[in-house]
Amino acid sequence: MRLFARLFTTLDQTTKTNTKVAALAQYFAEAEDKDRLWTVAILSRRRPKRTVNTTMLRTWAAELSGLPLWLFEETYHVVGDLAETIARILPEPERKSNQPLSYWIEYLQNLRDLDEAQRKEKVADAWAQLDYTERFVFNKLITGGFRMGVSQKLMTRALSKYTEIEENTLAHRLMGDWTPDSTTFEKLILIADPNEDISKPYPFYLAYPLEEAPEELGAVSEWQIEQKWDGIRGQVIVRDDEVFVWSRGEELVTPKFPEFHPLAEQLPNGTVLDGEIMPYQDEQPLPFNLLQTRIGRKNVTKAILKKAPVVLIAYDLLEYEGEDIREKPMAERRQRLEDLLEDNPTEGIVLLSELVEENTWEGLKEERENSRAHFSEGLMLKRRDSVYRSGRKRGDWWKWKVDPLTIDAVMLYAQRGHGRRANLFSDFTFAVWDGEQLVPFTKAYSGLTDEEFNEITAWVRRNTKERFGPVRSVNPHHVFEIAFEGIQRSKRHKSGVALRFPRISRWRKDKPVEEANTLEDLQGLLEVYGA
Amino acid sequence: MALLEFTNKGIYCAPADVYIDPWKKVKRALITHGHADHSRWGHSYYLCTKSARPVIRHRLGPINIETVDYGETRTINGVKFSFHPAGHILGSAQIRAEYKGEVWVASGDYKIEDDGLAEAFVPIKCHGFITESTFGLPVYKWQPQEEVFDEINQWWRENKAQGKVSIISAYSLGKAQRIMQNIDPGIGRIFTHGAVENINEVIRKQGVPLVETTRVHSKIKKDEYKGGLVIAPPSATGGNWIRKFRPYSVAIASGWMGLRGTRRRRNADRGFVLSDHADWEGLNQAIKDTGCEKVIVTHGYTEVFTKWLREQGYEAYAEKTQFETETPEDTDE
Repeated sequence: MRLFARLFTTLDQTTKTNTKVAALAQYFAEAEDKDRLWTVAILSRRRPKRTVNTTMLRTWAAELSGLPLWLFEETYHVVGDLAETIARILPEPERKSNQPLSYWIEYLQNLRDLDEAQRKEKVADAWAQLDYTERFVFNKLITGGFRMGVSQKLMTRALSKYTEIEENTLAHRLMGDWTPDSTTFEKLILIADPNEDISKPYPFYLAYPLEEAPEELGAVSEWQIEQKWDGIRGQVIVRDDEVFVWSRGEELVTPKFPEFHPLAEQLPNGTVLDGEIMPYQDEQPLPFNLLQTRIGRKNVTKAILKKAPVVLIAYDLLEYEGEDIREKPMAERRQRLEDLLEDNPTEGIVLLSELVEENTWEGLKEERENSRAHFSEGLMLKRRDSVYRSGRKRGDWWKWKVDPLTIDAVMLYAQRGHGRRANLFSDFTFAVWDGEQLVPFTKAYSGLTDEEFNEITAWVRRNTKERFGPVRSVNPHHVFEIAFEGIQRSKRHKSGVALRFPRISRWRKDKPVEEANTLEDLQGLLEVYGA
Repeated sequence: MALLEFTNKGIYCAPADVYIDPWKKVKRALITHGHADHSRWGHSYYLCTKSARPVIRHRLGPINIETVDYGETRTINGVKFSFHPAGHILGSAQIRAEYKGEVWVASGDYKIEDDGLAEAFVPIKCHGFITESTFGLPVYKWQPQEEVFDEINQWWRENKAQGKVSIISAYSLGKAQRIMQNIDPGIGRIFTHGAVENINEVIRKQGVPLVETTRVHSKIKKDEYKGGLVIAPPSATGGNWIRKFRPYSVAIASGWMGLRGTRRRRNADRGFVLSDHADWEGLNQAIKDTGCEKVIVTHGYTEVFTKWLREQGYEAYAEKTQFETETPEDTDE
């Protein structure tokens, strides 16, 4: 694991992309095949299955370090990273190990069949022969939350540098439903297979948020304009009489959406659609959180299918008659998409994402303001002559989101953050007034600058009322503007509402606590925008 | 009533009517060391160690100040006071107070490891011990400083080979000189920010030899910095001041660099774990070596560390100093 630990250290010590790519490429050159494959897997979010839960880890680590569990927990709250906490507090290793990364992954996978006492013995024995960084990496392999400051894209670039295979080709080969147990580095990466896995999707092209004035984009006529649907980005593939559904996280989610299964007969083989999986009924979209409750379930029951039925709102065609047409211009792909759907009726399973017909930016601005009325988040602007690119790239696709809703709320609870926010109070619970009382209605984590986090942390330390484990209640004093994308009625929350994407947009130091918004204000927003 | 107690002005010794490191103006102040949160302006009388005096005078200007040698006894209203090395920075002391057979020690800031510049920490037997807890969690473990300086030297060499200037962020009093004294001066020239060099001059004048350093100023040509090491306080390395050294690599030397999250937040190229405070084991060892029964815990993870000490059988209490309120990362002087 030494080589991988060294790679981790190098990546962790730099913020420079070129240094990262070079370090990874060098690692690929030096590591053995199995390790290469596992590294590719880890950096494309294909993690080994968890065989030890975190409660066990905490208990064992505290015990081996001779610390009471409460002290371990307090320390963990400050460090904000379980793997790091454990790696730091354990006694010094007794011996060294020369085993590679894949050995330790297999070691962990083999714990599956052991009882708890045996698992503990195995994990403790591993800790006893790994140095600090190796332990940290080992713990991350267990807990799964592996962030090495390297995106899949960056990894692909490094892999391309090492293999001298083109980046896009690699991106495609890396997609799909493989695990390091089901393939080899050579098979997956190096060999061009003419019958590549029929389920394999294309890398998604992701839009950039539009920050400049839309007028800067030139003439409206150069753009194809659609609603920005608030669903799950999805790719539907029909090949060899089979249908495959992929979500943006490159997850194969076919079983979760039985609605799409008839497409295997309805659409010609060699068809790949890009679109939005939307909850939809009676010819109109439903709120997103219906879909969210559905995704979380293991089994898709009849009741769920009835409550939250989905359609695909298609907006792009990536493969047509078995041919990859991503290099054709948007306008041409759109035309073929329209023709395809006209020639192959799907009984309402696939809908065409309607174009927004407006000739001026002024008219579009109005349209955008209205987007909440039809459950869209704003507008999408796609350059008519653009090719379908992969990943998030500037220039051809823009998301022009409607301004968020906002409410001024009072901070009631604070909790220490994780990762870069370790040792800072960064997770807050906010409340609005209900008469004389403050009713908590949302949590929010992001949106403050580092200086503001420092300032609020100092304040929380001074103004703590009570401590409940990692959470502290504070005196109601500070008002923050909370921005959010949508609002729903909710039985799970005391306030009766649930927000979509809440975050802190401003620290309202100018506002006294009495002037924060009320539950009534929140209910008003629910009446207008909720469902 | 304990011999030393916490008041809103600072640590108070009632029978002697003196304060230790008071943060509000008092008649008589015993000062553990020259850092700003311990040595405040405005007291009518100061008492500190001989080697702490020059810096305190430099920072506070003309004040009424007396000094003692380490270990020398000074009796005030029947209370016997003496100052003993705390190992924190040059001249830093633990203050021992003895009255009617009861002994208390206010340790100020301290570290156990001998850094080669500060007078090395000496454990003092007492009944009651006042300890800081800046790094009072088991996750804080320091490597021996030789290992840290090996890393720093290597980083400097690599930067030099790449034609870069190495900039290291360290507090101007204490950490900066500790780095100068322990780094390999054979690698290249050492430059200092004005705030650091001012302190260097004070220390050299009191007869402590420091390695040769050059104050950064506008007359130095950019090329001269190439391959050199620049030592500057955090306020300078975070701003525009460092632009003139481009291309450079910035490192921070602080105990807080021991946490990955805080290190990444600081946005430096490197973080070296180097502190002038005791780590977890250091704190526990120091307390054990005093043989005390009572411990007052201040400054840092006070509540957690107090609870831990109680479980170890000490009669421990948490007390707040005025500086409790700062963000913890600002306090590693």
